[in-house]
Amino acid sequence: MSEPSTTPARRTSSKRITSKPLGWLVPAVTLGSALPLAVLIWDAYTGALGANPVQRAELQTGLLCLVLLILSLATTPLRLVTARLGVAGGKGWTWPARIRKSLGLLAFGYGVLHFLIYLFDQGFTLSTVAEDVVKRPFVTAGFTALLLMVPLALTSTPRSVKRLGFARWTRLHQLAYGAVSLGALHYWWGVKQDHTPPLIAALVIAGLFALRLLGRKKARRSGVSG
Amino acid sequence: MTILPPDHNRDDLPNDDQSPPESPSRIVNPRREFLRSAALFTGTAAALGGGLELLTRRPGAAAEAAPGEFGDLAQGQVRRPLGPYDTSEPVTPYAQATSYNNFYEFGTDKADPARLAGSLKVRPWTVKIDGEVRKPQTVDIDTLQSWFPLEDRIYRMRCVEGWSMVMPWLGFPLAALIRRMEPTGKAKYVQFTALNDPKQFPGQRTRVLDWPYVEGLRLDEALHPLAFMAVGLQGRVLPGQNGAPLRLAVPWKYGFKSIKSIVRITLTEKQPKTTWSIAAPDEYGFFANVNPAVPHPRWSQATERRIGDLSRRKTLPFNGYAEQVAGLYKGMDLKKFY
Repeated sequence: MSEPSTTPARRTSSKRITSKPLGWLVPAVTLGSALPLAVLIWDAYTGALGANPVQRAELQTGLLCLVLLILSLATTPLRLVTARLGVAGGKGWTWPARIRKSLGLLAFGYGVLHFLIYLFDQGFTLSTVAEDVVKRPFVTAGFTALLLMVPLALTSTPRSVKRLGFARWTRLHQLAYGAVSLGALHYWWGVKQDHTPPLIAALVIAGLFALRLLGRKKARRSGVSG
Repeated sequence: MTILPPDHNRDDLPNDDQSPPESPSRIVNPRREFLRSAALFTGTAAALGGGLELLTRRPGAAAEAAPGEFGDLAQGQVRRPLGPYDTSEPVTPYAQATSYNNFYEFGTDKADPARLAGSLKVRPWTVKIDGEVRKPQTVDIDTLQSWFPLEDRIYRMRCVEGWSMVMPWLGFPLAALIRRMEPTGKAKYVQFTALNDPKQFPGQRTRVLDWPYVEGLRLDEALHPLAFMAVGLQGRVLPGQNGAPLRLAVPWKYGFKSIKSIVRITLTEKQPKTTWSIAAPDEYGFFANVNPAVPHPRWSQATERRIGDLSRRKTLPFNGYAEQVAGLYKGMDLKKFY
């Protein structure tokens, strides 16, 4: 994929997708990530969710949240690795960084939906929910992961970067590491016996952290971290 | 081919772009550029959406047609009047009762048993009865069934995961079978063993649990009139995914106690080591009585979702059978013996 150099953080407000290089990328990622929600609604409507549709929807939205969060956290390692491989004159791919925000926000959206389905499941009995959050580590982990994502979603605009200053904004957004780790733990604890899927998720997350550390150590000081 | 002026495509829009305009050196055919972008847009969206679907979507299984009739009941019809052990609550539709199952021998997904039950051969089938009995024997399932008149029992079934069903079983009391075998004075427990055959049970090719599946009851629990051996469901032969050809139904305990596809019943002096209590001793005890006051370590047991309902309902002590069975546990600390 050839990539003309562009300055990051360009406003895409009302441009057509052809008016700038890779203008189609963010809308495509957004649409692609929203597709499972459309299918889920369709499944619910046609009764394809099986005998326990609420639980099925709860599981799938939670899983989508975790997968998208992992994808958003894969963008920086991808840039670092491609830079190490000498892609684009040692700068690495720049396109992953452009979809990081969309992936993060979509993950948060699915996380909120997952939590809302859980609230619905509990009949919006807030006393039960509070007891769950306080007493059961499994729920505590998931709830904390979602809470950690709130400030990230609120400060996802270029304006917030300006307001906080780049260094502080970056530090704040490292909360995403905590969120994804707690999300994986929540997934692990939520499974009755078959721990293979949560284990795969945990290994992927660990692998991405390792790549990040290796890439950081060896990357030239480019003034950009993630 | 045209050379693109810097502000091409932006003429009708306010320029809110803070970055310098692109260099005018790119040679572009706008139409081809548009088609290329549209193709990349579509491909990326489809690939990402498809990938996420593959990773996260698990559609429910479609229920299969019922096996042959067994007795004279039409689908969903339940014999009236109700007996002393029957619940009058609406029965879970056959399609749902046979498509949403925990039966790890087929796989850990709820849809796996219905999808894969075709690989289970329920005839010929023998049940070995041994241990502390005066009449140990290995008996063919059809012979065993012929020993007892078949009864209907409409039981609640509460899964440890927090969902429940109402199941119209067809079968005979476990007590009748045990008495026929004449337990010795040493018999204190009944141990049940399920079929162990990875050729028929694809889930047994993985070590997700310690195979074969083993369950057990204290002898007085097993002799209680509610403890039931089921060979049919809703007037039809038990489907494979529900534990054909012979399963236990102990309605006041969590579903995992009601072992499916039984090949051996052994009377023992010592408490049997049961599969789930080996897998996670702090989560699944030997007694596993339905108890809203004793939470599972990772979730509350105070409520349950009856399959078919959108809202949850309160879970009852002993799954609503306290009046009949609470006496079995007099003086026992149910928090300790969970």
